[in-house]
Amino acid sequence: MSYELRMRLWRGDASGGALGDFTVVVEEGEVVLDAIHRIQATQAGDLAVRWNCKAGKCGSCSAEINGRPRLMCMTRLADFEESETITVTPMRAFPVIRDLVTDVSFNYEKAKQVPAFAPTPRDADGKRRMQQVDVERGQEFRKCIECFLCQNTCHVVRDHEDNKAAFAGPRFFLRYAELDMHPLDTNDRRKLSQDAAGLGMCNITKCCTEVCPENIKITDNAIIPMKERVADRKFDPVTWLGSKIMRRSDTAQREEV
Amino acid sequence: MTGNVMGSDVPSEPHGFEEHSYDVVVIGAGGAGLRAAIAAQDAGAKTAIVCKSLLGKAHTVMAEGGIAAAMGNVYPDDNWQVHFRDTMRGGKMLNNWRMAQLHAQEAPERVLELEEWGALFDRTDDGLISQRDFGGHRFARLAHVGDRTGLEMIRTLQQRAVAQGIDVFMECTITELFKTAPGDGNRISGAFGYWRESGRFIVFHAPCMVLATGGIGKSYQVTSNSWEYTGDGHALAMRTGASLINMEFVQFHPTGMVWPPSVKGILVTESVRGDGGVLRNSDGKRFMFDYIPEFFKSETADNEAEADRWYDDKSNNRRPPELLPRDEVARAINSEIKAGRGSPHGGVFLDIASRRTPEFIMRRLPSMYHQFKELADVDITAEPMEIGPTCHYVMGGVEVDPDTGASKITGLYAAGEVAGGMHGSNRLGGNSLSDLLVFGCRAGLNAAYLAHQSRGGQRPRVDGAEVRAAAKRALAPFERAGGENPYTIQHDLQDVMQRLVGIIRNADELAASLKEIDALKERAKNLTVEGHRQYNPGWHLALDIVNMLTVSECIATAALERQESRGGHTRDDFPATDDSWGTRNLVLTLPDGSDGKVHLEHQPLPAMPDDLKKLFETLT
Ligand code: SF4
Ligand code: SF4
Ligand code: FES
Repeated sequence: MSYELRMRLWRGDASGGALGDFTVVVEEGEVVLDAIHRIQATQAGDLAVRWNCKAGKCGSCSAEINGRPRLMCMTRLADFEESETITVTPMRAFPVIRDLVTDVSFNYEKAKQVPAFAPTPRDADGKRRMQQVDVERGQEFRKCIECFLCQNTCHVVRDHEDNKAAFAGPRFFLRYAELDMHPLDTNDRRKLSQDAAGLGMCNITKCCTEVCPENIKITDNAIIPMKERVADRKFDPVTWLGSKIMRRSDTAQREEV
Repeated sequence: MTGNVMGSDVPSEPHGFEEHSYDVVVIGAGGAGLRAAIAAQDAGAKTAIVCKSLLGKAHTVMAEGGIAAAMGNVYPDDNWQVHFRDTMRGGKMLNNWRMAQLHAQEAPERVLELEEWGALFDRTDDGLISQRDFGGHRFARLAHVGDRTGLEMIRTLQQRAVAQGIDVFMECTITELFKTAPGDGNRISGAFGYWRESGRFIVFHAPCMVLATGGIGKSYQVTSNSWEYTGDGHALAMRTGASLINMEFVQFHPTGMVWPPSVKGILVTESVRGDGGVLRNSDGKRFMFDYIPEFFKSETADNEAEADRWYDDKSNNRRPPELLPRDEVARAINSEIKAGRGSPHGGVFLDIASRRTPEFIMRRLPSMYHQFKELADVDITAEPMEIGPTCHYVMGGVEVDPDTGASKITGLYAAGEVAGGMHGSNRLGGNSLSDLLVFGCRAGLNAAYLAHQSRGGQRPRVDGAEVRAAAKRALAPFERAGGENPYTIQHDLQDVMQRLVGIIRNADELAASLKEIDALKERAKNLTVEGHRQYNPGWHLALDIVNMLTVSECIATAALERQESRGGHTRDDFPATDDSWGTRNLVLTLPDGSDGKVHLEHQPLPAMPDDLKKLFETLT
């Protein structure tokens, strides 16, 4: 049942580093994070790795496993041949802090730029009413565990540091889309996401969707509809004005922010 | 400062360390911490959040089932009185009645507020927030989002806190709290900690601190808790002179994964049972009918037909025994396994596949489906899950004033899992998320109020010598060579707690556990870590271990003292629930000069007023 796994783990810090070789005994049913924890407990006590839940729920343990952006706690060893060497490196799009831990503050900065949710007033009985079908789209986006694997993968910033200032990235396109589709929100975020969040820089390669561990259809369900709505807003003011006059909810009450 | 700060405060460095001044510092960024910080900042206090992980990763994120709140959206008969009664009965009447009352009264508004801040709950047909069934609750009462309610809650609060511009210090661990001298108010003056990223030290000056550090599960081998759950707040409070209550009560959630070994302990939400799942042993028998205690007989179905009717008609049927409070279900599973009727990997079967359609299961329990599929190769829409008890929650915590969350030390507040009293001897599912919101809000507001009062006058000051001493203590593991490996000590402690202070306890084993904990405390004085201060998990663990040991000693000490079985504390040498213990709390402190030895005292439980007592006679 158990066998000796060979691993190569990137070790180092901002000033540089290299892959280190480890051999560790692993058991049936284990995941990459288990192997790394065992190395930490028995061979390299100071090996830096981020994790919290070990159940794919917190999005802390993102890294690149044999070059693929994945969660370490959801990558089963059984997916690899026993003889295969597993190589784990930190996410490439973010600066390394130490070993497998990167500085993801870029994402927290982008989060600060999203305007706050601004709902319509409550109903007379103090409650709010929304239909299940109307919240479902937003719910899909809110499954996001903020692992930032999509941010790490998107070619707009992966190898282009200078694009970071103008580009919020797929995780935040989800957020803008979610707010835009929220039945009770009063903001109009389309202009904002086009100008400030850099939606226009996305050329719909879908790489973000491919790596999302929550299987959120980032491109199809969030980015493309947002692009279409932004296009509406940008090039066809008549349609937009029409919808503003005709429909009580949704776009009608939205303030541009 | 590191990349992990979201804030505007400009640090000063008079003692050679990064220093900040705030009105209120909240330690912990789970549901309680975020809600406290939002309340404090709203009330005008300059507020900081300090947390061990990145923002949005706290343990709350793993909560699955829902937030208990008597909104009456599904059953209009529901109200705070029924919720209050359920909570008290679930806790076997050992709860602080006032906390249980405030909790039941205020939870609905706290949930509606989340919606105000952008949360997208599942809806009823009328468009209201949907509510689901859970163990121990008379009515379907849990506001939820599929089975990822905790994620929704933390994201909503996180986004609110960020929109408010609250300063956040992420991946920053507090190791000590400072007070003024006993002659000078004996009140909170600040805190000391380190940045995990750089290992550099940081000092906070603040007249008010809110502990919101969660629980203690990492002291056990099989737990649903994350690495952060090392009892930091419990231990910080004790070292500062505050007291803990109810520490003997640890909740073992009945359903954790048991296979594969690496996921042992990971939670399987109670919603599986709330949505129709049943427990079976290796004979295929639905065994919970054999374990209905006298205390819950009148409200629990004693046959399968009635139990199955209950899901659709709650007025004329009694609740299925699978939905008894968690302590009852965990003990029953434990007995079945011990009697040799367990599943192949040492659990029992949780079966929803034969009872609900795949579509229903996928819609109501998407993360459970995902979790079993990806981690165990089990399709829960087609086959039963194997589950067993896992350490999940500590009912015990800092003794607080029920209305304000204030501990015995002026300026020190506690809310959420780190606070004690609210849940008595056993917590009902769904009552945790609501607890975080209700008491997080109250603690934050009251901390802001106290900070405001202490504005004009002299602010308590942190003493430079104490700061230097704290730094020295934190660095000690680097100074030694050839000492103990922190990972080994943690492993040994988990072994002791699991073996001797688990679900079923007795005097001999508890006494033995205390000896072993003592020995571990000695060994922990000689910890060594390798490497340097930058993002060094071995060092972080070495500092956390001290807290884990203190908390474990509290649990074992109180468990040995309480000679009865009640809620999350079962003694096979005292199997009965004893009324004379039903009016007593065990209070734990670390008195000055005790050399780290925990001190225990008995204290009468606050008496419930008559109008509330009546609820237990009149409500059905
Ligand atoms: S679809 Fe757009 S956001 Fe996603 S990876 Fe491609 S360019 Fe980036
Ligand atoms: S959208 Fe998916 S990949 Fe991106 S941060 Fe969220 S969970 Fe991760
Ligand atoms: S540790 Fe939480 S997602 Fe991997």
